[in-house]
Amino acid sequence: MDLIFAIGVGLLFAASLYMILHRHLFKLIVGLMVFGLASNLYVFAIGRLTREQSAIIPADADVAVEPFADPVPQALILTAIVIGFGLQAFAIVLVKRLYQVAGTDNIDELNNTDKIDSTEN
Amino acid sequence: MLIQDNLILLLPMLVPLAGAILCIFCWRAVLSQKVVALLTQLCLLASTAWLFQQVVERGILTIQIGGWPAPYGITVIADLFSCLMLTASALVGLAVVLYSFYDLDKARIRFGYYPVVLIMQMGIGGTLLTGDLFNLYVWFEILLICAFVLITIGGTKQQLEGALKYVTINLIASGLLLVGIGTVYGVAGSLNMAEIAVQARNLPHTQSLFVVASMFFIVSVGIKAAAFPLFFWLPASYHTPPIAISAIIAGLLTKVGVYVLIRLFTLIFQVEPGITNSILLCMAGFSMVIGVLGAAIQTDYRKVLSFSIVSQIGYMLMGLAIFTPLAIAGSIFFIIQNMLVKANLFLVGGAVAQERGTFSFRYLGGVYKHRPLLAGIFFVSALSLAGIPPFSGFWGKLMLARAGFESGFYTIAGIAVGASIITIIYLTRIWNQVFLKDKPADAAIALLPTQPFRGILQLPMLLLLGFILAMGVYAEPFVDFTLQAADGLLNSENYINAVLHKPQAERITP
Repeated sequence: MDLIFAIGVGLLFAASLYMILHRHLFKLIVGLMVFGLASNLYVFAIGRLTREQSAIIPADADVAVEPFADPVPQALILTAIVIGFGLQAFAIVLVKRLYQVAGTDNIDELNNTDKIDSTEN
Repeated sequence: MLIQDNLILLLPMLVPLAGAILCIFCWRAVLSQKVVALLTQLCLLASTAWLFQQVVERGILTIQIGGWPAPYGITVIADLFSCLMLTASALVGLAVVLYSFYDLDKARIRFGYYPVVLIMQMGIGGTLLTGDLFNLYVWFEILLICAFVLITIGGTKQQLEGALKYVTINLIASGLLLVGIGTVYGVAGSLNMAEIAVQARNLPHTQSLFVVASMFFIVSVGIKAAAFPLFFWLPASYHTPPIAISAIIAGLLTKVGVYVLIRLFTLIFQVEPGITNSILLCMAGFSMVIGVLGAAIQTDYRKVLSFSIVSQIGYMLMGLAIFTPLAIAGSIFFIIQNMLVKANLFLVGGAVAQERGTFSFRYLGGVYKHRPLLAGIFFVSALSLAGIPPFSGFWGKLMLARAGFESGFYTIAGIAVGASIITIIYLTRIWNQVFLKDKPADAAIALLPTQPFRGILQLPMLLLLGFILAMGVYAEPFVDFTLQAADGLLNSENYINAVLHKPQAERITP
């Protein structure tokens, strides 16, 4: 299980980097989303994949019954998902606006800010 | 019930938050927003100065949010290093907000410039003060998304193009930062930085895993700090927004990244210094050289300064990589003075462009003749950046170079001295092209909207210049503070004890 999970996360990272390096604006967005998801899954996996139960403490006990899943990585992922959602929403609007203003969806053509003599601003 | 004093630790976050909320209430009223923003900046500066004074008097201050004891709850902690950074960033914030009153267009203010700047400062305060690794990530995201908004606000084609590069690379960096934090949690089982530091020292068999985690931090925070291999987003984006935005972003953000690197690599990731420090050393050397060479060929005022940020990040990392008290003190001194100088140089460029409508060397000239005071401000700031004695940059570079030669890092110290010389060359080029040469005949072509020159724009620059001059001419107390701060960073037991072991009772007011 752990091995499959690890390979899956690795594949997601690879796929997302491939998409980010693609020259189409839409693939860039998809790549960024998958990259965020892959890093969330990585954090999930690093909290150990425990199958038994959640860390809820029974009414008549002081500590949760072993084995239980570590709740901290799950809390971290929840936060990271919310942050990632905000950032992705921003990135999508940015790309849409850029597409409208620049009139192209080819990232190779969006190199004006890198040119030495770009004084049009 | 435990009542914690030390609540002043939260002021650098709460003051900007309150200001931002007030600004949102007067969304359409430009004048009220300006008043609120100015008052907030003054309160922020006062509260950081107060915190600074308290830390100098009482040593490291901590507060456990909600009263949960340290390794489980969230710690907010201030030591001398974070206080120096906080005070400098509050100063830059005050100067830039003052400047924006007379330079930034009303449309951008109505789109929320002030609330976003204030929330960004809250994020900076949180990043500098947090003692919890995951909170560090969250605060970093807060300041980052504010920077995204600031870079795109107004929505010109150049800005959006620059923002696309900025957003893409920074989202990747954030993902990698999260992966690094996850790895550290997986190894140490804690997110409290002091607790992780204890684990890193006490568990020898986990050292290789800490090295793996530290690589994620070098890459991700290195991207955010614009250090060598992955700095290309910075010169592609920092010059696109108006100066009131470029100045605050250029003055503060990359330095916060360097702060995080210095904090984590002195506190946690000193398990295998041979590997991490030599990587940092390479990054520092290449950043210096590539940065100055890039700056030397650019022909746009803001792009020269953007590339020069990259080279200065190299100097800051150099101190961390050499890892002696003097070197780290040199880094801290250099960061503080660089925040002020860089913001000031951007502001000077903005004042020139407000009148002339361009940043291009081709169309600029003759500023010295018409605006001698402005030229003087540039001259002193530029000499500080280049490191000419007795100005402030000199002391930072002197400490770094001396530390390098003393500890046998001849190559990097030599590179640092060489890069300084090229720094003088590109600053001389700005001086000749923008200030000294005659105004070219076709200078009438204005590419940006122009306004008549306002002398009051020089007020915030003079404010920053006063501090830059003080740091240069009257350097001793500042150097002392940085030496103490470096000492505190290298003797991390104090930091760890302040978070974990110091009995709670000591810090309760009777």
